[in-house]
Amino acid sequence: MSLLALLAQAAPAPAAGHAPADADFWGLLFVFVLASFIGMGVIRRVSRLLHTPLMSITNAISAIAVVGAILVTGGEYPPHIQAMGAVALFASMTNIVSGFLITNRMLKMFKTDDKRGGGGHA
Amino acid sequence: MTHAIAQVAYIVATALFIFALHWMNTPATARKGVYAGVAGMTIAVLVTWAQPAVVHHLWIVVAIVAGFAVGVPLANVPLTAVPQRTALSHAFGGLAAGLVGTAKYYLWYSEGPENLTAFRMVAIILEILLGFLTFTGSLMAAGKLQEIKWIPQRPVTYPFQNLSNLLLLLLAVGLGVALTLHPTAPWAPQLFPVIIVLALAFGVLLIIPIGGADMPTVIAILNAYAGLSAVAMGFVLDNKLLITAGALDGSSGLILAIIMCKAMNRSFTNVLFGAFGQVQAAKAIGEQKQYKAETAEGAAQVLEQASLVVIVPGYGMAVAQAQHKVRELYDQLKKRGITVKFAIHPVAGRMPGHMNVLLAEADIPYTDLVEMDEINGDMPQCDVCLVVGANDVVNPAARSDKASPIFGMPIIDADKARTIFAIKRSKNPGFAGIDNELYFSDRTWMLFGDAKNVIGELVKQLAGESGMH
Repeated sequence: MSLLALLAQAAPAPAAGHAPADADFWGLLFVFVLASFIGMGVIRRVSRLLHTPLMSITNAISAIAVVGAILVTGGEYPPHIQAMGAVALFASMTNIVSGFLITNRMLKMFKTDDKRGGGGHA
Repeated sequence: MTHAIAQVAYIVATALFIFALHWMNTPATARKGVYAGVAGMTIAVLVTWAQPAVVHHLWIVVAIVAGFAVGVPLANVPLTAVPQRTALSHAFGGLAAGLVGTAKYYLWYSEGPENLTAFRMVAIILEILLGFLTFTGSLMAAGKLQEIKWIPQRPVTYPFQNLSNLLLLLLAVGLGVALTLHPTAPWAPQLFPVIIVLALAFGVLLIIPIGGADMPTVIAILNAYAGLSAVAMGFVLDNKLLITAGALDGSSGLILAIIMCKAMNRSFTNVLFGAFGQVQAAKAIGEQKQYKAETAEGAAQVLEQASLVVIVPGYGMAVAQAQHKVRELYDQLKKRGITVKFAIHPVAGRMPGHMNVLLAEADIPYTDLVEMDEINGDMPQCDVCLVVGANDVVNPAARSDKASPIFGMPIIDADKARTIFAIKRSKNPGFAGIDNELYFSDRTWMLFGDAKNVIGELVKQLAGESGMH
């Protein structure tokens, strides 16, 4: 309950002048809720055959944390802040690269009956 | 101007991510989805890098190169290792979120305390809690899946486990609230690492009591946490792209976790706090039941007479790397005009969709991979059901035995087939430590041995006979 009150306090009232240091809390929350609904709608229709590739592609997509990591690494900040950013950037980049590559590798294997054959397997 | 361009680019990237997931709805368009995802991510990275605030480039280049150097080998692991790779990438995702949250806090503490509003502090605390607990929790899960020696495979339990875990989490949240109320207090920079340590410890303790059979659900939950930590980062940085992409990942993890839980007839709380898979000591008593063993030769003769064969793969097939031999068997049977279908249980294996990927790797057309609900109606017409390394997902006790830990779980009705052959490495019970009644049915014959060798024998028998005619 106290947390909720805190959040309500934190969110700038629409007509209460400008609060330069703070973000548009309600706007962000709005985006989050709508994006979650879109996510639910889209994911629900993903073929059950593809749940493993789905997980690896969403891994790669959630490595969008790379955006935050670049801003922290490349900004005019003290070295220890930049170092944290660089490690975060490395971790996100690893997820992006391996996530997309392995998804593509797995999806290449899904074939229908008439398309198989020819391609050898190890 | 640059701000407007960046915002437009972020909107385009969001749209591409949504298309990427939309195209995953059928294997025919799924690869287009990967290209859309790569395009979206490339746009996001380049536009962010071009921001005027980004002035130092050396460490960005180094980190990106290092990311490629580690990412490429990680993308080429054997497909049987995909569950642990996935867990590892959740760990990386959590780590990135946790570190960015930490960096932002200390930055604002020293260079702009007016930025540490209550709302931002709540977002930062959520980001580091989720990020760091996902980090250690996923590392533990990856370790269990990789069967690293010093990480116990079986669930570890001790008295007051759930209570102490809960208290630990409450303590972390309580400290977080204190920090939110006094973000710029002189003691705040010392309190912050304490919360990090508590989150790291909680991640380990959360995974310790979880057994292998629950891994598909746990991986899905950790997936959702990794996504939500990116969402929290979006709230901290006031960045809508992070929020949308994180929300897509979060909802994906949540839906997969719900599907997995339904497939086991269990609740989230039961998976996380139930310590499923402890050896049932009380079950050991009772009469010694007898298995009926069959030879590869005999089994091959029965298979040859069948018109519908259903193969039920499980984690044992992955362990034995038997999928390629299974495909040879599939080809031998198909050659004789026998219909062969694969019955896929949602929780077979160690992650959602695990079996489908392994069978696709072996070049089996995905049109012959059938979901549990669709195949069960056909099981009474099935002449031979061949169980390859699956156990709990075909255990009839789930339907009949109220005392069984898996009671109520939907299963593949292997026991309704006219003849059942079950391949099993040894006479020990499965991962969940539960005896399987199916093996003692009068229509079941056991084929003991390594799945790869046993199926290889079957293929040899079938190939040999066809050669004589």
